[in-house]
Amino acid sequence: MKNEALYNYVLRLGDDSLILGQRLGEWCGHGPILEEDIAMTNISLDLIGQAMSLLDYVGEIEGQGKDHDALAFLRFENEYRNALLLEQPNGDFANTMMRQFLFDAFRKPLYEKLLESTDQQIAAIAEKSLKETKYHLKHSSEWIIRLGDGTDESHQRAQTALDLLWRYTDELFFETADDVSLVASGIVPSMNEIKTQWSKTVQSVLEEATLVIPTNNWQFEGGRRGIHSEHLGFLLADLQYMQRAYPNMKW
Amino acid sequence: MNMKPMDLQELEKRFQEKIDKEIKIEPNDWMPDEYRKTLIRQISQHAHSEIVGMLPEGNWITRAPNLRRKAVLLAKVQDEAGHGLYLYSSVETLGADREATIDDLHSGKAKYSSIFNYPAVTWADIGTIGWLVDGAAIMNQVALCRCSYGPYARGMVKICKEESFHQRQGFESLVTLCNGTPTQKAMAQDAMNRFWWPSLMMFGPSDDESPNSAQSMKWKIKRFSNDELRQSFVDATVPQAEILGLTIPDPNLKWNEETGHYDFSPINWDEFWQVVKGNGPCNKERIEARTKAKEEGMWVREAAMAYAEKRALKKTA
Repeated sequence: MKNEALYNYVLRLGDDSLILGQRLGEWCGHGPILEEDIAMTNISLDLIGQAMSLLDYVGEIEGQGKDHDALAFLRFENEYRNALLLEQPNGDFANTMMRQFLFDAFRKPLYEKLLESTDQQIAAIAEKSLKETKYHLKHSSEWIIRLGDGTDESHQRAQTALDLLWRYTDELFFETADDVSLVASGIVPSMNEIKTQWSKTVQSVLEEATLVIPTNNWQFEGGRRGIHSEHLGFLLADLQYMQRAYPNMKW
Repeated sequence: MNMKPMDLQELEKRFQEKIDKEIKIEPNDWMPDEYRKTLIRQISQHAHSEIVGMLPEGNWITRAPNLRRKAVLLAKVQDEAGHGLYLYSSVETLGADREATIDDLHSGKAKYSSIFNYPAVTWADIGTIGWLVDGAAIMNQVALCRCSYGPYARGMVKICKEESFHQRQGFESLVTLCNGTPTQKAMAQDAMNRFWWPSLMMFGPSDDESPNSAQSMKWKIKRFSNDELRQSFVDATVPQAEILGLTIPDPNLKWNEETGHYDFSPINWDEFWQVVKGNGPCNKERIEARTKAKEEGMWVREAAMAYAEKRALKKTA
């Protein structure tokens, strides 16, 4: 492939959106209040929309005529490049919001930097997605603060979620040797910059929420290399069901 | 408030005069208790139907066959949650409490549209629900845009716009299936076979079995009878089924030159009443899912309240 580094980079962006969008869709009809049912389906819809644009671009870079559906539905498990954080099960509402917050706090500065990308397609997708992501971050931050500083029970649940999910945060900033060339040509930002921004947001929101970053800082990785948790297989079984059961049909 | 019978009669007379003159009744206007009760029952049932209706469709969001269909379905189910919100707000303008009406749903005291007690088992069911179920709902709801109660009528205008979009997307999804492979066409026909009769039942019992109808018509809460709306739905839907090339599962369905309507077989009202009573295929699952969402969400709502109180205290401090 002519531009494998770019292909891999955009694929990671697309898969992050796709897998989290899919997870949030599971909440539909089961949210803790009607307003949150609407919010979570709305965020899911934004993420699926982002995945469509990003995966279309992945197909274009690859140059074999694949569209977003061919990529979203017809890859094997080890070909997905989403971070492990995003395939983690929804758990309770605190867990879902914590996963969302840790991701939104990463996505916002990333899209802000990708706005300046020398790759016009990436810059255009970032522009549209940033508007959405700002809302997502506002929504998830507010909930983290509300839950952390709400009742004893909500505080406990939010802290448990943070303890559980913290282990998957480093992987968001994974950078391959190939990425260095993309950074050098101004297509993508260095992850160091993004991590600095992320840490600032995370620290300030968690502090207001009276939540504590776990002292055990053991970090998992693997998703970016296609080595996933047991959860992804089940998620893909749902996602891919129709395309696998009824191959080669238009819907 | 104690009122002399004369006063009450006079108020009722003036109320009916307003209705007859097509003046909308607004929340602070005087209205008969029965009018208020009827509306609370009807609008909350409608709200519950929107919310319970999210479940059969929501169950296909994770399995939608492509990303475009997934996005459309997400948007549609989100609209339905929005409709639920407007409708619960309308109920509140009548002095009812949203949470109390939801508790009535969970206890089985309040009803919702029986159609949602049928399972959505294939992808074709999603298109069919959009086409037939939303199509039937629109027949009812377009008439409700002229309902005598202002907040309900106005909410219904916006809801109808979205519902008509849902109906068209359902039809469009079925066009794709019916122009697809024989497997897809068979899937669409199977969905039609299962959803046709329950869709006709959505209009409620026959006019001679519908005790509340006459008063509702007089109050202009209802504009058309159940049977009239059902007939309009059949007349509008048969040509659409022909375009799709689907067979309506009724051997007696035929055009009647004399009446200018389609004739159709009698409806199986035993099935209708069984489902209303709670013996439909999914009644138990639907109510369990809603009750579970409320119970499991309790701590979230408590946290939000506690946080809001803390903030209010900080502000006054």
